[in-house]
Amino acid sequence: MARVKFLCDADRCIECNACVTACKNENDVPWGINRRRVVTINDGKPGERSVSMACMHCTDAPCAAVCPVDCFLTTADGVVLHNKDLCIGCGYCFYACPFGAPQYPKVGNFGSRGKMDKCTYCAGGPEADLTPAEYAKYGANRLAEGKLPICAEMCSTKSLLAGDGAIIAQIYKERVLKRGYGSGAWGWQTAYRETVAI
Amino acid sequence: MRIIASLKTALAAFALVVTLAMVSPVSAQQSIQGVNPTAQAVKEQDLLRQLDAVSGRVSIPDQKSGLLIQPQGREWRQFHNTTMFWVGVVSVLGMVAALIAFYMVRGKIMIDGGFSGRTILRFNVFERFVHWLTAGCFIILALSGLNVTFGKSLLLPLIGHEAFTNVSVIAKYAHNFLAFPFMAGILFMLAVWVKDNIPDSVDVAWFKAGGGLVGHDHPPAKKFNGGQKLIFWSVVLGGIALSISGVLLLFPFFATTIWDMQIAQIVHGLVGVVLIAIMLAHAYIGSVGMEGAFDAMGSGEVDLNWAKEHHSLWVKEEESKKAAMPKGMVAAE
Repeated sequence: MARVKFLCDADRCIECNACVTACKNENDVPWGINRRRVVTINDGKPGERSVSMACMHCTDAPCAAVCPVDCFLTTADGVVLHNKDLCIGCGYCFYACPFGAPQYPKVGNFGSRGKMDKCTYCAGGPEADLTPAEYAKYGANRLAEGKLPICAEMCSTKSLLAGDGAIIAQIYKERVLKRGYGSGAWGWQTAYRETVAI
Repeated sequence: MRIIASLKTALAAFALVVTLAMVSPVSAQQSIQGVNPTAQAVKEQDLLRQLDAVSGRVSIPDQKSGLLIQPQGREWRQFHNTTMFWVGVVSVLGMVAALIAFYMVRGKIMIDGGFSGRTILRFNVFERFVHWLTAGCFIILALSGLNVTFGKSLLLPLIGHEAFTNVSVIAKYAHNFLAFPFMAGILFMLAVWVKDNIPDSVDVAWFKAGGGLVGHDHPPAKKFNGGQKLIFWSVVLGGIALSISGVLLLFPFFATTIWDMQIAQIVHGLVGVVLIAIMLAHAYIGSVGMEGAFDAMGSGEVDLNWAKEHHSLWVKEEESKKAAMPKGMVAAE
């Protein structure tokens, strides 16, 4: 597979939050953590748009660059994963992430952070594929089963697209050309240093 | 008859539908234009240009996740991986190099008159306790802090990922917990020594004479000379800056936004490495750099000749205090 990405077509998102719920269920995401959330911009005003956002699996990922213990890895598909056995919960990836993806279970004193948790593109972790250890730490590994992330697969309006970056960009481009408008590939410029030219 | 009647009704209904269909296109078009999504849709690039960030409303309890995109994370990354790295390297290694060079040129600063064998109390038990409480915490805080920026390039290749994580977890908890005795130490030091650290004209003369570091004369000084006052104020002010920024980072989102935390981290990192460099110089002159200096914080009793050379005005003060006391009584301090 080529470089996989997420693309949220905000003109189709109806803010049903099913992606948020499906993600929590599929990955057994701990209480208090949302790997994906839907942000509504200009809520209640003309031009309101909702964007479903999680880790964008950036090119040259900032989280990986600042991690003091070097716990991140990028798979051949371009998925940014991290190793919870190495993570020390320092919070640096959170300062650096443009999308607020890394989150930490609150453990112990003060604001002590536990091991970071974020979207894995439903690709599990560095453990052997589809093992109980992998599921316990990272959740489902749908990619290993030949499936795409659950959030995009069950999106009722097919607003959230996942898969080969070139293909989903093409789908989005065709949509925009056909309907005559599009609010843009949210986060792409920041995450991939490129946007979908139409 | 009934059939004709119902036919009439059906025809009338049909005519009505046709009429409506002929009239309606105008109003339908208007209503589509009224909510033209092309004209009013928010666009990411416009929002980023206007506000430097994109945020909105979320319906989950975690309200701070309403911040959709904060490109400032990129600048923080740039700071941490480049600026912080090099400021740290230059200030810490630069200070080590400067101290080695100073030692080569100047050598150990000896007591000109040699040890007199008589001593005078310089720091009492509480002063020494406060000093070593702060110093001990600072050493561990400094090492665990440096580990966050430099461990990845220095220690990790040597011991491997798993061992490095174990070290870093302990370092993180040590850093979080020892912050509190360190902050207490800073406040104690401020309380105990601030009265002797107000800058005055003696300090100006001391600095003009090069503090005795350059050249071999001993400019007069009170309990603390100009250089020591600089150390005191850099510890107190630097310590307070580290404390405030550190506490803000210890309690994420308690009183801060993501941008405040980025700034707090920048302040914490920069003040940290600069204070480490200053403390290296302080530790040098208090130990290997000067004969007789360590006793001040070791036993608390310094040699009288050392005291006369480095703190002439202070010795006079102490002696006059002693002379003013009735015979047979021991000075309280």
